[in-house]
Amino acid sequence: MAKNLLISGGRIIDLSQGWDRVGDLLISDGEIAWFGDKGKAPSQSDLVIVEADGLVVCPGFIDLHCHLREPGFEDKETIATGTRAAAKGGFTTVCCMPNTNPPLDTRASVDYVRKATEMEGVVRVLPVGCITKCRQGKELAEMGELADAGVIGFSDDGEPVSGSRVMSLAMEYSRDLGLPIMDHCEDKELSNGGLVNEGWVSVRLGLKGIPAAAEEAFVARDLALSQLTGARIHICHVSTAGSVELIRRAKDRGVAVTAEVTPCHLTLTEERVMGPQEGRDKRLAYDTNAKVNPPLRSSKDVDALIKGLDEGIIDVIATDHAPHTLADKMCEFGLAPFGISGFETALGCLMSLVHDGRLNLNTLVARLTLGPAGIIGNKSGELGTLKTGCGADVTLFDPGGEWVVSSQDFVSKGKNTPFEGYQFKGKVVATIVAGRMVYQDESVKVRKKR
Amino acid sequence: MAEKGLMSDQDMERALVRIAHEILERNKGAQNLVLVGMQTRGVPLASRLARTIKQLEDIAVPVGSLDISLYRDDLSALELKPVVQRTEVPTDVTAKHIILVDDVFYTGRSIRAAMDAIMDLGRPQTIQLAVLVDRGHRELPIRADYVGKNIPTATDEEVKVYVREVDGEDRVTIFSPNKGGPSDGDC
Amino acid sequence: METAESATPGAIISGTLSPPALGVWQHRHVLDIDDFRKEEIELVFEIADAMAEVLTREVKQVPTLRGKTIVTMFYEASTRTRASFELAAKSLSAGTVSLDAARSSVSKGESLVDNLRTIQALGADVIIMRHPQSGAPYLATQYLDTAIINAGDGWHAHPSQALLDLYTIRRHLGDISKLRIAVIGDIMHSRVARSNIWGMSTMGATVVLCGPPTLIPRGLGEFIEHCQLSRVVVEPKLESALEGADVVMLLRLQLERQQSGLLPSIREYIQRYQLTGRRLSLAKPYALVMHPGPVNEGIEVSPEIAHGAHSVIEEQVSNGVAIRMALLYLVAGGKSR
Repeated sequence: MAKNLLISGGRIIDLSQGWDRVGDLLISDGEIAWFGDKGKAPSQSDLVIVEADGLVVCPGFIDLHCHLREPGFEDKETIATGTRAAAKGGFTTVCCMPNTNPPLDTRASVDYVRKATEMEGVVRVLPVGCITKCRQGKELAEMGELADAGVIGFSDDGEPVSGSRVMSLAMEYSRDLGLPIMDHCEDKELSNGGLVNEGWVSVRLGLKGIPAAAEEAFVARDLALSQLTGARIHICHVSTAGSVELIRRAKDRGVAVTAEVTPCHLTLTEERVMGPQEGRDKRLAYDTNAKVNPPLRSSKDVDALIKGLDEGIIDVIATDHAPHTLADKMCEFGLAPFGISGFETALGCLMSLVHDGRLNLNTLVARLTLGPAGIIGNKSGELGTLKTGCGADVTLFDPGGEWVVSSQDFVSKGKNTPFEGYQFKGKVVATIVAGRMVYQDESVKVRKKR
Repeated sequence: MAEKGLMSDQDMERALVRIAHEILERNKGAQNLVLVGMQTRGVPLASRLARTIKQLEDIAVPVGSLDISLYRDDLSALELKPVVQRTEVPTDVTAKHIILVDDVFYTGRSIRAAMDAIMDLGRPQTIQLAVLVDRGHRELPIRADYVGKNIPTATDEEVKVYVREVDGEDRVTIFSPNKGGPSDGDC
Repeated sequence: METAESATPGAIISGTLSPPALGVWQHRHVLDIDDFRKEEIELVFEIADAMAEVLTREVKQVPTLRGKTIVTMFYEASTRTRASFELAAKSLSAGTVSLDAARSSVSKGESLVDNLRTIQALGADVIIMRHPQSGAPYLATQYLDTAIINAGDGWHAHPSQALLDLYTIRRHLGDISKLRIAVIGDIMHSRVARSNIWGMSTMGATVVLCGPPTLIPRGLGEFIEHCQLSRVVVEPKLESALEGADVVMLLRLQLERQQSGLLPSIREYIQRYQLTGRRLSLAKPYALVMHPGPVNEGIEVSPEIAHGAHSVIEEQVSNGVAIRMALLYLVAGGKSR
């Protein structure tokens, strides 16, 4: 691998420095070395040049919420395959949730993940630790030790913390560690075995519905507890207009809350369960690839989420990448596990919002880079930026590149996507982690210079 | 597609009257007769025969209708005509002389199906067959007892019977080669 | 439809003389009644009429499906629907195989798709499926070539029941589009209700839904609006729902609903929603009382009404065989595809 990497002629967008202009970016020894006008980079030997004309060059995407399934569920995904899929999606840092087997509720499991990442991962993996032991929601996990082991936050994701007392204790404890509680907000007594959004589709298909209130009730609770304890709270995968409104008002009051939304919840509605093409062929209804928790909701919810994202009420986009095997998903809708394999379709899907004029490109990049970096903090180095001296995590993408989604070509073991066959405009073409190219599309033009 | 007239309304009426006479002659009167028309056009033809017999012998021969869709051996017909029409035979067929009445007699498969259907309803003394038109090309060893008109045809020709009660007029025509008239099901 | 000339005494010619023009039967499967056009529903009725005649004979059998194999695959217990389908198949001379996947035997390892593929490989021409999960037959159609008839999937659909209900109504009251039909009870969990909503709407009837508020799905209003079912209304008061109704259809109340907390007690359900003679008098004097069965006598309906002059509950069962014969004929009676 060459000592120096020059990315030439791309449109460089870095919100941390307020940049949006065409130029050259020089990487040396794994760090950002120089930025400036095209052709003006200081001359280097042992140089690889990437022609970035027509491409966007930005800090590597950061995913605050994903499932790498290792240890314990290696048939669905491993750190090796998951990080490669992340790289293909333009993600240079991913935060993996602790619902593994064993769960990440002890130092030993967290160390395992770090080790596996060192040996087989191609992007940065920052683990999230459990809030409670075994995610049972009863006793606090040893959060102090998990913090020392390097987790960036705590979550029982997959499950909420149903007991409000336990949650308030968890918040107090985490506050002094300076790390956020990342809550999966779901009142299980209200969701009660539901499978899809409670709305017209659930009645049409005879499926038990999950009301919006199931999420909003726990969002409201968590915001109240955050206000009470002063702890940092991060709301995972927001899906309803009501939740957006609650978060907006809490932020107005100064509550220390951040929030995330998935690409799927920004672009699909509950109608996707009726099948692709707006459910014209009912025989394709009950599509388990559209079964996710929280469920895809109504178009009113989608509008509110996009608006909330635009205004910054929702701070980041996180994929909640949840791979499952084909056999897992090829069954009756009620029996299929929830989850969408999201790394490789994230950018393509999000760019539709930019092309439709609903979201600014710079805002999109900010929500994928600067936003998450702010929540993670600097413990693992300064992320989400192209400042000189920082680790060179860079993503190159073609904002207009057309491609058709084919799950067969996914790098992830999880082929469970609702976007099968969709035509996207927006494609990641190269991903660089610490100066090393970890993903490169065949269209990228690279040349060596001695 | 060439259409040629084979029987006018008067020709049809005369043929039916003659068949009525022949039925009475062969069966030595109208005792224990039942006329069963094959759906669709055989049904009004059976009625007309009954009316003529009433005029001649002052005996009301019961008239029934039979739909053989459930007995067909060529299942592809379902795709052309999925409707199953009425089968109503108003009296017990056992020990009776059943006269099946149909408009066009062709391969004989419909009549085979009709006989199976009648046998499922009871044990007739005899089953006889009256047809308005016999166009030949039998595929089974079945013959008609009473024939209105024998018309030699080619297999790519189509014989169409129009009956007043169904079509508003009485006539028989033949459609010759290439895109014949709409098939009315063969016989 | 008798013609002017056919005044022959003793002659009976009724029904249509010319077959309605419909063309090829479009539905490979019968999964739900929501995609049946009005003409198609009427076609099913026509054929059911002919099948009903077969069932009045001494030899209640015709050879139409001889050589075909009908397999019933019931993942949910049911005596009457399964018996009805089997009888229908046998009346058409089809071979029948009955598989009873009792809940305990269906382990995680045996997927539904694998099960059905095995049955297809054994040579089934039609599979009749009942399953506790909504959507199961749709999954089946994606992986199998065999024709599938849905005998009830979860809360979602029960097309043959809706068809026999409509057929029964038509036999007594004629033109369904002029009718006001009250459907009373546990709407939320009822596939019979859902399929009837579709069927009755297609035929143009006014449908009034009534039941305890905790048994009416929250998305129902949205669903009615989204699917443009302009003649379907929800009526909270039982008396208003029954007022002027031509048909009162009662839904079965599963006793577990009370146990899972959806109702305070069965006693209260009886007090507020049971169809009694007094309540029935609010409906039209000739109103039909219907129930998909099995009836919880003394709960959904008083025993006197269940067995009284208005009740056509038993006739629904016999009509069920004719309707199911019609469906089997349409699905399996053609060339093997």
